Amino acid sequence: MIEVIRITYYIMNEFLQIRLLQVLPIGWNFGWSLLLIPLLPFAGFLLLGLFGRKYIKNSAGIIATALLLVSTVLSIYIAYVYFFEYGKVMGMYQKFVPIQFTWLEFSQGVSIDFGVLIDPISVMMLAIVTFISLMVHIYSLAYMKGDERFPTYYAFLGLFTFSMLGLVMASNIFQMYIFWELVGVSSFLLIGYYYNKPSAVAACKKAFIVTRFADLGFLLGILILSFHAGTLDFNTLVQRLTVDGSEELHSAYTSTFLGASALTWAAILIFIGGAGKSAMFPLHVWLPDAMEGPTPVSALIHAATMVVAGVYLVARMFPIFSMSEGAMHFVTYVGIFSALFAALIACTQTDIKRVLAYSTMSQIGFMMFALGVSGSNLKNGSLNYSGLGAGYTAAMFHLFTHAIFKALLFLGAGSVIHFIHSNELKDMGGLRKYLPITNITFLIACLAISGVPPFAGFFSKEEILLAAYQHKALIYWIALITSGLTAFYMFRLYFLIFWNKGTIVHGEHHGEGGFAMMLPLVLLAVGAAFAGFIPFGNFVTADGKPMEVVFHWQFSIAPVSIALAGIFTAMWLYRKQNNKPVAIANSLNVFYKAGYNKFYIDELYLFITKKILFNLVGRPAAWFDKNVVDGMVNLTGNTTQLISEKIKEFQSGKVQQYAIYFLAGVIGLAVVFIYIWK
Amino acid sequence: MNLILLILLPLLTAVLILLMRNSQQVKLTALIGSVAQLALAFALLLAFRNERVAGNEAQMLFELQYNWFPAWNISFHLGVDGISVAMILLTSFVVIAGVLVSWNVTKMTKEFFFLLILLSLGAYGFFISLDLFILFFFLEIAVIPKYLLIGIWGSGKKEYAANKLALMLMGGSALVLVGLLGVYFGSHQKSFDLITLANTHIPVEVQKICFPLLFVGFGVFSALFPFHTWVPDGHSSAPTAGSMFLAGISMKLGGYGCLRVATYIMPDGAKEYANIIIVLSTIAILYGAFATMMQKDLKYINAYSSVSHCGFVLLGIGMLTKTAMTGAVMQMVSHGLMTALFFAVIGMIYERTHTRQVNEMGGLLKVMPFITTILFIVGFCSLGLPGLSGFVAEMTVFMGSWQHPDPFHRIATIAACMSIVVTAVYILRAIGQTAMGPLKEGYVNLSDAKWNEKIAAIILIGGIIAIGVAPFWLNDLIGPATQIIMNKLAAVQPK
Repeated sequence: MIEVIRITYYIMNEFLQIRLLQVLPIGWNFGWSLLLIPLLPFAGFLLLGLFGRKYIKNSAGIIATALLLVSTVLSIYIAYVYFFEYGKVMGMYQKFVPIQFTWLEFSQGVSIDFGVLIDPISVMMLAIVTFISLMVHIYSLAYMKGDERFPTYYAFLGLFTFSMLGLVMASNIFQMYIFWELVGVSSFLLIGYYYNKPSAVAACKKAFIVTRFADLGFLLGILILSFHAGTLDFNTLVQRLTVDGSEELHSAYTSTFLGASALTWAAILIFIGGAGKSAMFPLHVWLPDAMEGPTPVSALIHAATMVVAGVYLVARMFPIFSMSEGAMHFVTYVGIFSALFAALIACTQTDIKRVLAYSTMSQIGFMMFALGVSGSNLKNGSLNYSGLGAGYTAAMFHLFTHAIFKALLFLGAGSVIHFIHSNELKDMGGLRKYLPITNITFLIACLAISGVPPFAGFFSKEEILLAAYQHKALIYWIALITSGLTAFYMFRLYFLIFWNKGTIVHGEHHGEGGFAMMLPLVLLAVGAAFAGFIPFGNFVTADGKPMEVVFHWQFSIAPVSIALAGIFTAMWLYRKQNNKPVAIANSLNVFYKAGYNKFYIDELYLFITKKILFNLVGRPAAWFDKNVVDGMVNLTGNTTQLISEKIKEFQSGKVQQYAIYFLAGVIGLAVVFIYIWK
Repeated sequence: MNLILLILLPLLTAVLILLMRNSQQVKLTALIGSVAQLALAFALLLAFRNERVAGNEAQMLFELQYNWFPAWNISFHLGVDGISVAMILLTSFVVIAGVLVSWNVTKMTKEFFFLLILLSLGAYGFFISLDLFILFFFLEIAVIPKYLLIGIWGSGKKEYAANKLALMLMGGSALVLVGLLGVYFGSHQKSFDLITLANTHIPVEVQKICFPLLFVGFGVFSALFPFHTWVPDGHSSAPTAGSMFLAGISMKLGGYGCLRVATYIMPDGAKEYANIIIVLSTIAILYGAFATMMQKDLKYINAYSSVSHCGFVLLGIGMLTKTAMTGAVMQMVSHGLMTALFFAVIGMIYERTHTRQVNEMGGLLKVMPFITTILFIVGFCSLGLPGLSGFVAEMTVFMGSWQHPDPFHRIATIAACMSIVVTAVYILRAIGQTAMGPLKEGYVNLSDAKWNEKIAAIILIGGIIAIGVAPFWLNDLIGPATQIIMNKLAAVQPK
């Protein structure tokens, strides 16, 4: 026993080498409670994953929810403590790294350190991720009730929450990459939760592979950065790469490849990683298919949290991005294009979850270009935030509000699907009578996302549009059109579900799924209605200093009117059953078809993978190996065998033959000695 | 810690197995023997750590030296450093798992387990030898049992596969022998002693000839392109434990030899041929991955993916940086555990479904949750999921490779990085078709894993997770040893 204790102690000391780098003024307990936030869901994952199926099948949901509740309370407490008590030093929100230990050292200075980074965006994300996750946990208690793999479901949710929180807290870019991958795999597991449905299997594979492809970019970006900056630590990276005249920055600027500097390449590659997770064009193809997963999962992962990881990544690396004009433009244009592109597709889709998926993509596009238009400060050399960062705050704000109302939309959709047992809009209509609470909350969410004051989306979208307006007119106009489209497709969805034709409900109807499903809807609806009033600029800014957001009511006229126009168009077309929508769709024939078929991007991918990768690379490689490389081996073997067959005949045992060989040998040697050797 | 125990223990087990009367006794003896091996390996690890913590900075620990054949200066010289300890641990993990999954072998049980234990004897001897002659001797001991294992207990075209494997590996060892003799005479030391050779400067001309001989010779074991074709055939015909030993241990003999023997004693040669190694291993990584994509047989999938993964070992060595080299050793350990587990799980599935064709399976998650969970874990490890060992090893190789700023190394690294996507494609394809999807008829009544299979899997998964979650201990173990090889390389005048 003593030996066991000794060895455990030894392992703790020798192997783990946890060292506290910095202790917050609150004391060291703070650091450990920070660690508990991700570790509790992880404990849930282990507990339910190992023992759930056999021993705690029925209480699995309660256990997971209780664990997460503690995490949520801790996160909100920490957010409170950070923002209102200890975070601000000398008028600036600080970056703290309360805990850090070296996990894997590659070379001097370059190591993966696991740590917790506390700054405004990570604290904000901690709160929102745990909160949404908690809502989904509660909601699933009713939604997934009676499911055969109930404990597994909660185990995966726990794994996801753990990974997402780890990603958010990461203090080291490689740590972020690690959790980035873990988030990807939990998304894979949850999309493929209904594993015996072939479409779900295809969807989860697609999601993983597409995001993996993007992660390759992330990885290469990390490699480039680590080479030039000689570190993987976020704070050190930013320090070294944003100070004018530093050796690292010089090397990152001056080494160029194809006309762009290493810094630009690194930023763009890292952005590609973010674009994969955040479903930016052209890496968005996995997101609509990911809707094969259970609906609460879509709400959590594919709407509120994981898909904004790309935005979070760009925000985390923002000082480095802003050192490169090229990278910022790249982010802007990819973001704005994705926003418009997805909004167009969303207008034509008939699957309720797919409409929401494209809407997510479009809204993330908003956040991305908001980051992109935050400006670049190349001209002045060292990093200087003055005049920058309006877009940064706006993007974070929109991320925050979007998480709330999009989770609400998905959970509302889940309530509808739960009731009607179908995802297709054609099976729905007139549901306001059966689902009153869902109806109201869904309406609030639709108003919020459309940007109608005073709901949450209005404020955040307003700030984004303002930032775009200050940057470039083109971006502003496209964004404006997109927000009109947003209002249109969201209300198209709303009217088609809750108004339009009356639906004949088959069989017995079980109402709205009870308290566990309604509570999250109501709480989120409250958030969607009022979250906009949070003075976000006071808390989350690019440089940590509070920013006064000046609000011009004149500026709001255009966005609000275009939103209302979208809403009324949708009302006119879809409130009552009529054939106007069909007529319009027919008159737009080609465009409508292209939109309905998602502009044929999927077909393009299929062509590239099936026709080119499989048939032109994989198959020849396999053939080459089997026939040429292995053929050489067999040829060697066969030739040896053939020769030995021949040689075998020399040793025939016939004396006459030996005599002839002997004689031939003698003659041969004689010839050699006489003529050649001399 | 007396290193000779590592040879005596398997020897004793093997002899005892021969003395046993029935198959039950044989199996128990083999199991007890392999548990003892595992315990011994852990004891070695602890003793090694203790020595290091106590400040013993000697390159090799627990050295032993007996004169064996003084006329030729051959001595029985044993000793371990961090790399050897890691490989010994790996071997002991694979051996116990291999013994456990072979519990149902009914054909000539005694001979089967005897050969398994004999193979482990060869591997341990190989990893602790500091005399190249002894090392070669143990290498041969590790080859012969494989021929019999495949030829007798194999399936499919087993004679062909056994011949091919034995001949190609023999060919490899022939090259090794020639190379060793070249070093023996060319170094003017008339010595096979690794440390002696490493401390003398072998003439560059000799290195230029002997390095490729040794590297290619060992490389054949480690699936060096284009000498890898024994891998798919050999693995697919071998019995489950045979595949596990082959991929988990034998292929590592090659990687270890390339690093410890070829690169360490002939740094000039290594520098001379590094670029060729990089090209060949990058080809192996990508080409193996693409070839895997087209395979339909689970064993072929894992065999080709082994070619791809072992490419990382050789790439790490060829990069000649400390980080990459550490990564190469990590990859050896990681791949050994992972691929042994993969073959074990393939064997478990095959025993139940009687097929290895992925398109004939489907939905197995429903009937055998434990086995398919292993399949998921090992698949994730193979595609480099963080938290499992594959990620750590691959990333270390990538980081080490990226330390070279020139375009040649950059392109090779990027190409190698691309394999993480292709790997994801083929692994998910395999998992998706076997474990997920609708359950095929006829598989409804299949049973899940039995106790022996569960223990075997848990042991290997334990190893995978221990590296994946806490790589620092492995890094600390290997790092100083690779540093010595790097110092030797750094001392060489640049060309």
